[in-house]
Amino acid sequence: MLKRIVFFAALVGIWALVAERRVWDPTLFPSPWRVAETLWSEIRDGSLIHATAISLRRVLMGYAISLLLGVPLGILLATKKSLEETVGSLVSGLQSLPSICWLPLALLWFGMNDKAILFVVVAGSLVSITVAVQDGVKNLPPAYVRAAQTMGTPVFRIYTDVLLPASLPSILTGAKLGWGYAWRALMSGELLFVSLGLGQMLMQGRDLADMSQVISVMIVIMALGLLTDRVIFGSLERHVRRKWGLAVS
Amino acid sequence: MVKLSLRGIEKQFVGQDHKVTALSSISMDVDAGEFLILVGPSGCGKSTLLNIIAGLDRPDAGEVLMNGKPVTKPGPDRALVFQDGALFPWLNVRRNVEFGLHQKGVSKSEATDRAMHVLSQVGLSKFSENDLHTLSGGMRQRVAIARALAVEPEVLLMDEPFSALDALTREDLYVELQELWEGRGATIVFVTHNVREAVTLGNRVLLMASDPGRIQHEFNVDILRPRHIEDVDVARTAQQISTAMKHGCFPFVGDSADGQEQTVEVGELA
Repeated sequence: MLKRIVFFAALVGIWALVAERRVWDPTLFPSPWRVAETLWSEIRDGSLIHATAISLRRVLMGYAISLLLGVPLGILLATKKSLEETVGSLVSGLQSLPSICWLPLALLWFGMNDKAILFVVVAGSLVSITVAVQDGVKNLPPAYVRAAQTMGTPVFRIYTDVLLPASLPSILTGAKLGWGYAWRALMSGELLFVSLGLGQMLMQGRDLADMSQVISVMIVIMALGLLTDRVIFGSLERHVRRKWGLAVS
Repeated sequence: MVKLSLRGIEKQFVGQDHKVTALSSISMDVDAGEFLILVGPSGCGKSTLLNIIAGLDRPDAGEVLMNGKPVTKPGPDRALVFQDGALFPWLNVRRNVEFGLHQKGVSKSEATDRAMHVLSQVGLSKFSENDLHTLSGGMRQRVAIARALAVEPEVLLMDEPFSALDALTREDLYVELQELWEGRGATIVFVTHNVREAVTLGNRVLLMASDPGRIQHEFNVDILRPRHIEDVDVARTAQQISTAMKHGCFPFVGDSADGQEQTVEVGELA
């Protein structure tokens, strides 16, 4: 922790020094204090909070849809061979398509609105969640299912009572991966066309040639990413690892 | 009374370039209350045979009859204890044991009562709320046995359940399993590759041979219980079976050290 604080303090120090020396034009390279000031005024006038709320709402909706569809789909792909051979190959093909490539299609289908951005977010995260869950379920020891069968578990409850909880660690991996993809997809979408949200605020900074706004929004996006990754997914993972007796990393 | 019958079981696996006959015309009966051991070298099909009895694998020909009715799928009347336990790491000890009871539709409170009762029989009452990874290998196998017993199977199937445990733990479990078997009047079919383990536990030992997998000989073991793996009678009988296994002949009657006659009946199964 101490190392980290020293490192970041040094980084800000170098930044301040370079800005102070006026190596680049201050409008293109603002000092850390200038950025902090902008950040504070954006918080005070509510524009940053508003943009964050809108972006979070978009990403959470898309992400929830991806989880609700991706987890069952991943489990089905791992257990039904005919599905794996058909839908599975489509899914792995789609995996190589960056989600923002869906944007032109989404715009034509839904118009310039939230539905289009939702579509891009789902396209970004659904596939990665599905594939992670599918891999996890495929690597489960077959003995789990066999043991459940010898205790008279009906087929449907094999899914709900065995495969679903057994694949919890891989669901978490998929959820984490999917979150990253959803967030990236949202930012590309907002940068490119959608009004409101953090991405647009970033673009606005560019249009106004206000570098401190650009950098302040970038810092917020990074902080949000770190927060979800470390705090939310980190604690969920630790909990599962402890419960299952896996090595705590 | 015959609990379980196997009639002309055949099973083949298709290898890369040839078919392997895993089991060839296996027929046998298991009586209620019997402690039957299937022993043989690896590859003789003993685990395959157990999986067929469990209903997890289907035979190519022949049938398994449970109380005279053909077995078509797995069920709690033939609960199976797996080699590695196959316990569910997302559930604690008690919930693992309750699992089969919930599947049977037993109410929550009754399932807990029954799970706690079975856990006390295997000496794990104190650990009912533990997560599995906090238990030793031996304790985990006790949970696996408790989980299988909880659904009150008519025949308890065990697939090399102790092979991954250390010798001392195994010795304890031999005694406990004999007590459980006598106490509950259970019917057990137990698979092992260890002849001494077979003689320690079973009333009847079926010796299997491979290529094709078949029942080669049948031995009745009448040594007094509780038996220990180091007992002289156990060691001697096991030695005789092992020797016979190597030489393919089985004519012997052994005496025990104290002069009491211990007859090991030998007979070839039709």
